[in-house]
Amino acid sequence: MNVAFTAEELKFQQDVREFLENEFPRDIRAKVDNRIRLDKDDYIRWQKILYRKGWVAPNWPVEYGGTGWTAVQKYIFAEEMARVGAPEPVAFGMKMVAPVIYTYGSEEQKKRFLPDILESNVWWCQGYSEPNAGSDLASLKTTAVRQGDHYIVNGTKTWNTLGQYADWIFCLVRTDNTVKKQEGISFLLIDMKTPGIKVSPIYLLDGQPEVNEIHFDNVRVPVENRIGEENQGWTYAKVLLTHERTNIAGVPRSKIRLEKLRKLAANTPDGEGGSLLDDPVFARKLAETEIQVLALEYAELRTLAAVSVGNAPGPESSILKVVGTEATQYLDELYMEVAAWHSLPFVPEQFESGFDGEPVGSAGAAATALHYFNNRKQSIYGGSNEIQRNIICKAVLGL
Amino acid sequence: MDFSYSDEQQMLQDSVQKFVHRHYSFDMRRDILASDKGFSTEYWQLFAELGWLTVPFKAEDDGFGGLAVDLMVLMEEFGKAMVVEPFVPTTVLGGGLISELGSAQQRSEWLPQIMAGSLQLACATAEPDSRYNLASVGSSAVLQGDNWIVNGHKILVLNGPDADQLLVSVRTSGAVRDADGISVLMIDANSPGIHRKNYTNMDGHRAAEVKFANVGVPNDRVLGAIGKALPALEQVTDRAIVAVCAEAVGALDSLLNKTVEYSKTRKQFGTAIGTFQALQHRMADMFIECQLARSIVMMAAMRLDSDVPATDKMRAVSAAKSRVGKAIRKVGQEAVQMHGGIGITDELDVGHLFKRVTAIETLFGNSDHHTARFARLA
Ligand SMILES: Cc1cc2nc3c(=O)[nH]c(=O)nc-3n(C[C@H](O)[C@H](O)[C@H](O)COP(=O)(O)OP(=O)(O)OC[C@H]3O[C@@H](n4cnc5c(N)ncnc54)[C@H](O)[C@@H]3O)c2cc1C
Repeated sequence: MNVAFTAEELKFQQDVREFLENEFPRDIRAKVDNRIRLDKDDYIRWQKILYRKGWVAPNWPVEYGGTGWTAVQKYIFAEEMARVGAPEPVAFGMKMVAPVIYTYGSEEQKKRFLPDILESNVWWCQGYSEPNAGSDLASLKTTAVRQGDHYIVNGTKTWNTLGQYADWIFCLVRTDNTVKKQEGISFLLIDMKTPGIKVSPIYLLDGQPEVNEIHFDNVRVPVENRIGEENQGWTYAKVLLTHERTNIAGVPRSKIRLEKLRKLAANTPDGEGGSLLDDPVFARKLAETEIQVLALEYAELRTLAAVSVGNAPGPESSILKVVGTEATQYLDELYMEVAAWHSLPFVPEQFESGFDGEPVGSAGAAATALHYFNNRKQSIYGGSNEIQRNIICKAVLGL
Repeated sequence: MDFSYSDEQQMLQDSVQKFVHRHYSFDMRRDILASDKGFSTEYWQLFAELGWLTVPFKAEDDGFGGLAVDLMVLMEEFGKAMVVEPFVPTTVLGGGLISELGSAQQRSEWLPQIMAGSLQLACATAEPDSRYNLASVGSSAVLQGDNWIVNGHKILVLNGPDADQLLVSVRTSGAVRDADGISVLMIDANSPGIHRKNYTNMDGHRAAEVKFANVGVPNDRVLGAIGKALPALEQVTDRAIVAVCAEAVGALDSLLNKTVEYSKTRKQFGTAIGTFQALQHRMADMFIECQLARSIVMMAAMRLDSDVPATDKMRAVSAAKSRVGKAIRKVGQEAVQMHGGIGITDELDVGHLFKRVTAIETLFGNSDHHTARFARLA
């Protein structure tokens, strides 16, 4: 057992730092620092820079464009990215559909889809959930009926994150309703420009249309856009879900946020002549959160180590999802506590790019509530934290 | 011991319940928030006609009686429907300061206007670096001839955009954070030298950041003795705390009821999610939180209405604010969580209740602040 970095790893860390220092665009960094919402172009511009460096998809197999990094290198990379606030590539293409395509797709599909994902030419969104199929995803009802060499898709998907930007959507659809619900599901890739698709925004508590409802009305999808076998979609999707959960722990970002929070607290007057960091109650909360994140970090490292010797992430990834999201949410609470009165103004527009009015409050304090409200989603999506606990009960504890 | 409401309190509760039931649906509230002022002047007038604007005031000022328990009864019902009219800023805070500090002449000039619904007030106490300390006052007033010259910067002035008059805490002597040397001035909100930056808070309520640059205020606009306003500021703020805590109790009840209802109708895995014991116990915990919040707010309101020493009253209020803050976090977060995705959408009332109670958690000091104050005053 050993967690110290080797000389090569330290060199790698240096390389990553230099790269980010030189290549992470200043204007995007300034937006992140000032909590300005990034737009589609910002993501794509940054992802293309990563692509040109060959670093956009650390988790992909080398043959499709991955980096071939060790678990430690991936860890270093994630940490350095978080340190400068560089956004992770949007997950839907890079981390969600691509692994399904390169694991279960045909050669034809790999050639057709993977390069565009790698180069960020195509924006993907995820079409799993439905109004009546949330936690019980397998009960989904969107149908795909075979007609010659097409499927005719009908139904409603919902909560599709950033679906308004998407060129393509990957969907779970019902292709057989005479069998057990998990056994009649197929995995389809659908071009969002196909006639019969309608996207309607859903506004969240932070005032943003981050998610959408997507209606499919007799949408014709070529059979060649199906991944793998008909009615095997659930098996493919399940593998993807465990990957999604491992990614969700967010340790590097939480560590950086803690560091920033400590600085912020040191510079925040407590109203009694000292700083908030001098307040023993607040200092204790900060320390406890740091300890929790440290425990989470080592839980994640253990999982990564297991994965790096060839094990698929198992039900332990549920630990990372639960603890990681709760840590993020608790950090939001602490940020609001630091901001105090300044957390109350609700002015989402001043965190949009191009805002040139007189801002309310200082140093992004008014963004803390937006984050707090928005991040309540983290314990709901990706398999809610209740569902994760159910998984632990069933798959680990045998209850 | 008697926890029952008097006939008058019962009638007050009935009339507010009837009003919100008929006129304060979630859609109606949405329209009101989207309007120019962000509250309904028509409803404000109705509040005056129904006598609600007299609730915080003493009988000798022609008010309803001024009991904290009366205020609690009213605010709880406001909380259930998330009423956004600026009741607390105008009557409890602004009116409270005039009532506590004002001379007989000032009271008879202003209080009737408040109760008639023709005067809007805002109280400007918080400053960028004051946090929750009411004694941390950097804004200054200096007497020059017959006028006070005011300079300073106030934040989070609730109802600031619509206030006709601002009740402003200013330092007339001593250093920032000295208990002595704080005065309250009543300043015409349209005076030259006042710059208001108006905005909306997370809960839809309107507020303003207010800057004062050499604002001249006539000497007869000082409320109470020069430099001695801190105790009244604390007392009036404490009353506002009980008011918003009672409002939170109402809102938390709404959150609990809506969550329980939803869990009975939302089906996943072939059954209502309310049948999962994992969720049942958490709803039981929400219920416990709601009951403890209600209990401690009653305690605080009754203490304010009793003749215990001032320190005991302050401790009671801090206990309530601290405990209600805890309940807010628990009940608010759980309500959203158990609704799933729909819970964090703008279209559902649950998220808006969550936002309002979250704002209340911060208003006038969060749980940590009031736990510390409670301990300090022991
Ligand atoms: C911001 C956001 C973005 C999203 N993005 C996407 C996306 O891009 N693509 C996509 O397909 N989906 C997305 N989702 C959907 C997300 O995966 C679902 O919201 C989630 O699966 C929960 O489903 P639900 O909202 O219908 O809640 P429900 O399933 O109705 O759950 C309601 C509550 O009941 C609990 N519950 C349910 N079953 C059980 C049980 N057996 N035991 C105990 N508790 C239970 C839940 O945990 C929850 O607390 C997103 C959701 C959000 C909020």
